Amino acid sequence: MILTLAWCLPLLGTLLLAFMPRWSTSGARIFSIATAALALAMLVWAWIGFDPDGPLFQHVLDVPWVPSIGVGYRVGVDGIALAVATMSALVFLASIAYPVDTKGQPRQYYAWMLFLMATSLAVFLVLDLLLFYVFFDLSLVGMYFLIGRWGHGKPQLSALTFFLFTFAGSLALLLAIIGLYLSLDSPSFDMRLIIEQQPLAGGGLYAGLVFLGLMLGLAIKTPLVPLHTWLPQAHVDAPGPASAILAGVLLKMGTYGMVRLPLAMLPDTFQRYALVVGIIALVAILYGALVALGQRNLKRRIAYTSINHMGYTVLGIAVAASLSDNLAAKQLALTGATVEMVAHGLITGSLFLICGSFWQRTGEYDLDYYGGLAYQAPLLTGLTVLAAFASLGMPGLAGFVAEFQIFAGTFAVYPWLAVLAVLGILITAGLFLDLLRRLFFGSLPVHLAQFTELNRAEATVLIALGLGIVIIGVYPSFLLEVIDGASALLIGGR
Amino acid sequence: MPLGDLLPEITLLLGAVSIVLFASFAPQRYQAWAAGLALVALFVAAWFSVQQWGAPPRLTFSGVWALDSVAIAAKLLILFSGAVVVALSPDWMRSDRRHGEYYALCLFSLLGMIMMASANDAMELVVGVLLSSVASYPLAAYHRSFTPALEAAMKYFLIGALANALLVIGVVILFGLVGDTDYVKASEVFQVGTDSIALSIAVACIVLGLTYKLGAVPTQAWMPDVAQGAPAPIAALLTVAPKIGAAVALARFVTILPENLAWPSIVALISVATMTLGNLAALRQTDLRRLLGWSSVSQSGYMLMAIVVVGSGVAALPALLAFLVAYALANLLAFAVVTHLRGRTDLEHYHGLARQQPLITAALILALLSLVGIPPLVGFFGKFLLFEVTIEAGYAWLAVVAAINTLVSLYYYLRVIAITMFKTPQGKVHVLGGWSWVALLVSLALLVMVSLGFQWLLGMLHHIAFVR
Repeated sequence: MILTLAWCLPLLGTLLLAFMPRWSTSGARIFSIATAALALAMLVWAWIGFDPDGPLFQHVLDVPWVPSIGVGYRVGVDGIALAVATMSALVFLASIAYPVDTKGQPRQYYAWMLFLMATSLAVFLVLDLLLFYVFFDLSLVGMYFLIGRWGHGKPQLSALTFFLFTFAGSLALLLAIIGLYLSLDSPSFDMRLIIEQQPLAGGGLYAGLVFLGLMLGLAIKTPLVPLHTWLPQAHVDAPGPASAILAGVLLKMGTYGMVRLPLAMLPDTFQRYALVVGIIALVAILYGALVALGQRNLKRRIAYTSINHMGYTVLGIAVAASLSDNLAAKQLALTGATVEMVAHGLITGSLFLICGSFWQRTGEYDLDYYGGLAYQAPLLTGLTVLAAFASLGMPGLAGFVAEFQIFAGTFAVYPWLAVLAVLGILITAGLFLDLLRRLFFGSLPVHLAQFTELNRAEATVLIALGLGIVIIGVYPSFLLEVIDGASALLIGGR
Repeated sequence: MPLGDLLPEITLLLGAVSIVLFASFAPQRYQAWAAGLALVALFVAAWFSVQQWGAPPRLTFSGVWALDSVAIAAKLLILFSGAVVVALSPDWMRSDRRHGEYYALCLFSLLGMIMMASANDAMELVVGVLLSSVASYPLAAYHRSFTPALEAAMKYFLIGALANALLVIGVVILFGLVGDTDYVKASEVFQVGTDSIALSIAVACIVLGLTYKLGAVPTQAWMPDVAQGAPAPIAALLTVAPKIGAAVALARFVTILPENLAWPSIVALISVATMTLGNLAALRQTDLRRLLGWSSVSQSGYMLMAIVVVGSGVAALPALLAFLVAYALANLLAFAVVTHLRGRTDLEHYHGLARQQPLITAALILALLSLVGIPPLVGFFGKFLLFEVTIEAGYAWLAVVAAINTLVSLYYYLRVIAITMFKTPQGKVHVLGGWSWVALLVSLALLVMVSLGFQWLLGMLHHIAFVR
């Protein structure tokens, strides 16, 4: 029930905003912040009530809808879903609270934000494959409108590219879901049933095709090289908060889906192709980092580091799926992958919000346009440095916890992959230091003399996210405890 | 004679006749009352049909008339479509001099479609097809000073004349082979064996005749023109109701055919050609009603998927009927929106509609998404069942073709949605009136309710079968 509330409250908020015409700008904003905070509170409540040693799925609610084809309203979380959903709610709250130019349509902007929040949370919370697919698609719709209406540059083109790419992916996903569905003796979309029955355990061509469909759909969303081409442009043209959500939440749907669907439902097939997936992840890690290094556009550079970081996550998942009987290493990798999802959500979320602040002030993303802002805007500098260092994997911050576990697990299973992937961290460190240098150090150009420091709302949001990053970095056990239970069940359950 | 078996049809007939009489004598300002009469007739007919539901399936009137669950379900769906169309009409036709008799033609046309769905005899089928055609031609051309309407009606008529002639030729050959037009007798003769070439010709002619009513290849050409040129409520009627009758008639006809005749492959071929052509043609349309016309052609292609596998022992008939329900709800809603917006049809005029008419735009979007088959809308379930039965019967390639077509169709449906959302509005949006508003809301509510309560629909349709 509590999970239902968590995603229905924002939906209710959407309806109120959409069908009640009279909202002032601040009224709509405060209302949306309150709704998002309430949804986050529901998830925190669910977290408190979550028993890490209990069954895999908890807080389960199962209401039949079309029983004769096995569709039902089913929600429930394991530790992985709970961690990712709570992080998502936090990123949403931050993005909604972040001040932005709503182009004279505050009511519509906040309505779409809450709609996107409802559908995104639902993706992580539902346990029904069909609903998973529905919300997976609906989240595209929400993002499409946010980019298309409130973006800059060529927003409609970027939104359309984003939509067509990811929608094509989700159709592959749909076909694979139907394949999974038909493989059961008494077809059902119940995820728990499929995980329990393992209908395609034997492998074979059919299982291979289903696996391919699932991975294709999820890899486009993640995105893995070479299916990433929609991402940079969508980010560049999206408004800052929408970018933060796109990177912080929507990309996680891809990797979360990989854990929930192929890893849990087709472990045998995933095992066979784990190395392939791992190598693709390695390519994404190195390619993402190298291309990011070459970008002069601030937002584009951060967008490419997302590809790099999601590569780490996929690497961790591939290791978890691998043939190795080193269960501890596999569990470590899966936990690391989940922590990476949470950490990347918070870190890249704040980085994109910071990009939004830059855009609001100057309307420019070119790194060469900036310089010497450290004196002009010390708080902005400090928070950016924090996020950048977390992103490059500085110990004591969230990114390190995640990447350490992923690499430790990978090293035990595919040592050479780990060795090569570590190069990614090196490049990322270089590119972030370069980015910080070009933004904040050196001499201040004349045209930036009027550049203003973060205002109070921006600072509050960024400090809150930064606190999350530090807390996970210093005291990760509250997070690890919840995730470990789920990854042990998923890995050990073989 | 068991007249009671025909109560719904008799009601429609009496309703039509009384409307003709009423329209002949009532003054212009009372002509709209004929719509009320028509609605009453439709409701009474539906009520009688509901009474027939649940009784064991049987043949009546010397075996020419089937009273089985498929026929009754189709009948109810046709009557419902008719009711929506009638409710959409009074505001649209208000200034027309011949307002009253319009409803009589609607009822005659619906009666013909019901006959198609119920006919268990080739002659009966011919009568049904002809009745619905003859009543539909003038409806398509009702705005006789509007050139596109005349062109549409002329196309509709010429193709119809050809297709109906082919149908009659097919039935004549069938009669020559069997010595009877009764399906039961025909199927008995086919069991023993018959001249396969002549039978192939007969089947080809009859199938072609029915593709005309379905709006399927190769006689689909009238569909976009009628959708564009006919009065908008009539476009709703003619893109929906004849298909229901024709799809059931075709399914009923092919089930009597012998195994050795490769009819599933032929129907599959028509299905593929229809959905592909419809989708490709819809891609480039700049006119919403034309676009809906082509989309309705492609939807016929999907419908035919169920007919391909109707003899394969899978649950093809529930899938077909469920898809028809889904299609009818979505297409009626789409045309209800067009009608309520005073028939605005050029896509340019839909620019920014969302800002001025959010609810109407929401209805349009839901209708289009349901036509694509996006879950959780009813269109998804309809298509899903179609895919399921085709794959189960070993026609996986057909399901794949349909899936690719669905992907293509997304483009043009989404384009309409994008136009209503993104572009800047031009000028004020005028709407029609109270009747069409109510019809629109009812269609919208039904679409949502059936989507949520699809289990209920499926439970109703689960056991439907043709009478044996």
